Amino acid sequence: MSARAEGPRGQRHSAGAQLVLRVLQQLPPYRWTQARLVKWGVTGRSAVIAIPYFWLLLFFLIPFLIVLKIAFAQQLNDSPPYSALFELIDGGRSQGWILDAKLYLRGFISLFTEDLYWQAYVNSVKISFISTICCLLVGYPIAYAIARSTTTWRNILLMMVILPFWTSFLLRVYAWIGILKNNGLINNFLMWTGLIDEPIVMLQTDFAIYVGIVYSYLPFMILPLYSNLEKMDLTLLEAAADLGCKPIKAFLKVTLPLSLPGVIAGSMLVFIPVIGEFVIPELLGPSDTLMIGKQLWRVFFTGRDWPMAAAVAVALLLFLVVPIVLLQRAQGAELKGAHR
Amino acid sequence: MNNRITAFRLSALIFGFAFLYIPILSLIFYSFNKSRLVTVWGGFSTEWYGKLFQNEQILNAAWLSLKIAAINATGAMILGTLAGMALARFGKFKGRTLFSAMTTAPLVMPEVITGLSLLMMFVAMEQILHWPQGRGVTTVTIAHMTLTMAYVTVIVQSRLSTLDDSLEEAAMDLGARPAKTFFLITLPIIAPALISGWLLAFTISLDDLVIASFVSGPGSSTLPMVIFSKVRLGVSPDINALASIMVLLVTVGVVIAGFLMARQEKRKVRDMQMAAASGGN
Amino acid sequence: MATSARPEQKLQPWNDPQAVPYIAIERVTKKFGDFTAVNDVSLKIYKRELFCLLGGSGCGKTTLLRMLAGFEEPSSGKILIDGVDMAGIPPYERPVNMMFQSYALFPHMTVEQNVAFGLKQDRLPKDEINDRVAKMLGQVKLSQFGKRKPHQLSGGQRQRVALARSLVKQPKLLLLDEPLGALDKKLREHTQFELVNLQEQLGVTFVVVTHDQEEAMTLSSRIGVMNLGEIVQVGTPKDIYEYPNSKFVAEFIGNVNMFQGRMIEDLPDRVRIESAELGGTIFVDHGVSSAPDAILSAAVRPEKIIISIDKPPQEDNVARGVVKEIAYMGDMSVYLVQLDSGKVIRITQPNAYRHADDLITWDQAVYVHWHPSSPVVLSE
Repeated sequence: MSARAEGPRGQRHSAGAQLVLRVLQQLPPYRWTQARLVKWGVTGRSAVIAIPYFWLLLFFLIPFLIVLKIAFAQQLNDSPPYSALFELIDGGRSQGWILDAKLYLRGFISLFTEDLYWQAYVNSVKISFISTICCLLVGYPIAYAIARSTTTWRNILLMMVILPFWTSFLLRVYAWIGILKNNGLINNFLMWTGLIDEPIVMLQTDFAIYVGIVYSYLPFMILPLYSNLEKMDLTLLEAAADLGCKPIKAFLKVTLPLSLPGVIAGSMLVFIPVIGEFVIPELLGPSDTLMIGKQLWRVFFTGRDWPMAAAVAVALLLFLVVPIVLLQRAQGAELKGAHR
Repeated sequence: MNNRITAFRLSALIFGFAFLYIPILSLIFYSFNKSRLVTVWGGFSTEWYGKLFQNEQILNAAWLSLKIAAINATGAMILGTLAGMALARFGKFKGRTLFSAMTTAPLVMPEVITGLSLLMMFVAMEQILHWPQGRGVTTVTIAHMTLTMAYVTVIVQSRLSTLDDSLEEAAMDLGARPAKTFFLITLPIIAPALISGWLLAFTISLDDLVIASFVSGPGSSTLPMVIFSKVRLGVSPDINALASIMVLLVTVGVVIAGFLMARQEKRKVRDMQMAAASGGN
Repeated sequence: MATSARPEQKLQPWNDPQAVPYIAIERVTKKFGDFTAVNDVSLKIYKRELFCLLGGSGCGKTTLLRMLAGFEEPSSGKILIDGVDMAGIPPYERPVNMMFQSYALFPHMTVEQNVAFGLKQDRLPKDEINDRVAKMLGQVKLSQFGKRKPHQLSGGQRQRVALARSLVKQPKLLLLDEPLGALDKKLREHTQFELVNLQEQLGVTFVVVTHDQEEAMTLSSRIGVMNLGEIVQVGTPKDIYEYPNSKFVAEFIGNVNMFQGRMIEDLPDRVRIESAELGGTIFVDHGVSSAPDAILSAAVRPEKIIISIDKPPQEDNVARGVVKEIAYMGDMSVYLVQLDSGKVIRITQPNAYRHADDLITWDQAVYVHWHPSSPVVLSE
C-alpha cells in the first residue's frame, strides 16, 4: 500500500505520480509553454483539425489557384514551361519599382473559339450522361436484387460486387480490349457458332467506351443504391399490396420515389468523374474521340502547353462545381441525419 | 412474399454478376494461352508467368508501387482519421464547410484535374522552397495521400457517427483526458474501419494511373504506368499473367476477410446465448 | 423504501438553516441558441442524499445533470461541489462520476477492465486497483463474471457493471441518468431496493434523473420536480405528494381529483370553497393564502375519498354520484364515479376484506366524502 495524496480537485494520484507532476509544474518552461499554447488557442482539438486542414489547403485547394494562375500564362520553351504572371521591374530613378502583370487570355479564348474544346466538352457531357443512365439501368436491378435477398446471401453478393472494385481498374479495362477486338472473345465465339462470318467491329468505337464506363463505374452506382434500398421499410410495400396495388405499380409509386436519394447519389458518383475520364476513351475508343480528359492529357503531355491545359482544367472545374456542391449537400444531409 | 426469389431478381443477379466477372475470368483464362495473340487459343502454357517474373521493368515498377501504396495508406489513414474525428465529433467549428468540402471533393474530382493541379503545385513549390526536388516517389506519395485520405475520412466519419458518444463521455467522466479517451476507447472500437480505410487507400494508390503520370518523374514509373504504356500498343499476355496474380491475391484477401467476419458473427451469437442463459438476474 | 428510517430523514438537513449544502446549484441557466433548456435553477443538495430530478421529457433534467457532470457549461450561474466552483473544470477532473442511461460499457474490455478503468486513470498501484475492483464486484454480486465482456451479460448484469464502474472511484457525487429505465418491472423493483441499500452503505451522494414518478418516490430522500427548464417544487416524497404547490405538481405525481371553486370563507385556520364541480362546499381544516374571491382548485387524492352507500353525516366535502367504471386491481379497486354535477372523479379503495367489492357495483348510487384535512388548495 503506497501513500496517496489528493489532488486539488479531489483526484487521487499515487505519491510518485504526484511528485513528478509537482516538480514538472514548477519548471518555468513547462508553465510558459502551456500558457503560450493556451493563449494561441492551440489545444489538442485544434491540432486535430489543423493538421488535415493545412494538408488539404496546401495540396488540394492552393493547387487550384496555381492552375488558375498558369491558365493566364504564356507557353515557354523553358523550365518551367510557362511565363511568370507578375514581375518586379526596376524602372530606374524616374519610375521606381513597377509591378508588371501579364495575363495572357489566349488559353481561355481558345476554349471558346476553337471548336475542338467546345465540342470536347459537349461530347464529354453527352457521353457521361448516357453512360450514367446505362449504369443506372444495369445497376438498379442488381442493387434491388441484392437488397431483397436474405441476409446471408446479401453479404456474399455485396462482397462479390466489391471484389472487382479491389482489382485493378486499368486491368479490367484492358480485359475489354481482349473481349471486344476483332479476334477477341465475343467475335471468336460468334464466328465459332457460325452466327456471323465477319467480325463485328466493337473495339475503338463509342460503343466500347460506353461498355467500359458502365463496367468500371458499376460498383459506384450499385453501392449507394443498395444502401438506400436496404434501409427501405418493406412494410410499406405490404401496405400497398393490402390496399390493392399491383407489384409493378407498387414499385413505381413506392420503391422508386423512396430510392431517389440513392439514385441521385449513385448518378453523381458516376457522372462527375466520367466527364473527365481519360483511360477508357484512350484504350477502348476511337483515336479521334473528343473527350475533355483526353484533350487535357494530349495538350499537356504531347503539346507541352501547360497554360492551355490549365485553362481546360479551369473550365472543367467551373462546370463541375454545381454538381459537386449538390452532391456535398446531399451527403451532408444524410450524415447529419444518421448522427443525431 | 419478399424473400422468395423471383425470376426477375434471379436473372438480374445472374446477368449482373456474369457481366462483372466474365472480363476478369477472361483475363485469367487467356493468361494460360500459349499463343502470343492472346485471344486466339494456342494451347495451355504457363510460360507467360515465367516471362513476367523475368521482366525487370515490371518487377521494379511493382515494387515501387507497393512501397508508395503502403506509405500512402499509412499517411492517409492518419490524416483521414484526424479529419473524420474533426467532422464527426467537433460540431460546428470555424471553416467547417470548407473543410468538409475539401475532404470529400477528391472523391469525385476527375483525376486529370487533381493530377494537373498537384503537378503545378509541386513545380511552384520547387521554385519557391526548393522542395520537392524533382518529381518522383515523394511527389507521387503526397499526391496519392491527398486523394486517398478523402476515402478514409468518409469511412471514419461514417463509423464515428454511428458510434455512441456516451462511451467517450463515460471514459472522460472516469478521468481520462480526451487524447487518452481516443487511444483507449475510440480507436480500438473503430479499428476495423481504420483497417478497411488503409486497405482502400492501398488499393487506390496501387491502381492509380492518371495522377501518377502527372506527378512522377524519370525513373519512378509506377506499375500502372508501365502497364498502360504496354497495353496502349495492344494486348500482351504477360499483362494477363500479372492480372491473374493480382486477382488471385485480392480473392484470397476477400475470402479470408469473409471467413473472419463469419467467425465473428458466430462468436457474437454464442455470446448472446451465454448472456441470456446466465439469467435475467 | 429503506430498511430503516434513513439518517437524513431524522436529521433533515434541508430544514436546518445552518447546514452547508454539499452541492450548490446557484441560478444556473443553459441556453442552446434561442432555446432555454434550464432556466434560473437553484438547488441545495446535502451530503448522503439521494436526490431525484423528476420531470417529463424536455424539462431540462438531463441538461442539468450533464452540467453537474461537466459535459455542458452553464450559460450563467454557478455550480459548487463541496465548496469548489466547478466553472471550467472538465469532466475528467471533477470528483463526480456518472452512470449513463445506455450504461456505456466499453465493449472491447472485460467487466474487470471496465470497472478498473477509472482507477487506472488515477494511476493507482496495481494491487490496490485489483483489490478495490474485486470488492466492488462482490458488492454488486458479479464476482464470477469478472472476465466476461459486456455483450456476454444480460441487461441487469450490465446495469450492475455500470454501477460498479461509477462507484469504485468513491466519488463525492454520483449522477444516474434513468438508471432503471431499461429493466423490466420485476427487476426494476428489486434493483430499486438494491440501489438504495448500496447508497446507504457507501454513503455517496446520489442525484438521479428520472421520468418515472414511482421510481422517484421509492428511491429519493428528496425530489425536485422540473417542468420546462424550471424547478417547480422541491421536497420529500411525502411533501410532494401530500402538499403539491401547484396544479402541475398535483397532476404530475400520482392521480388527483381537482375541484374548481370560489372561496366563500377565508379564515386563518379554515377555509370554505363553493364548487359547482362538486355540487357542494369544500371545507378545508387549514388556512390558505390567496386573494379574496379568487378562483381556486382543491385537489383531493383518490385514496382519500371514501365511497359509501349510505349518506355520510356531514355538510361539506360530500357529494352524490353513480359508479361508472370499476377496475379490480387485486390489492385495491379503482372506481370512476360520476357525480350529480356531471364531473367524473377517481377513487381508490383497498380491498381490505373479501367481497368488499360486492357491495358497490356498476351503476350503483353512492355517496363520496373525505376528511377536511385531505384537500390541498391550489391557485391556478
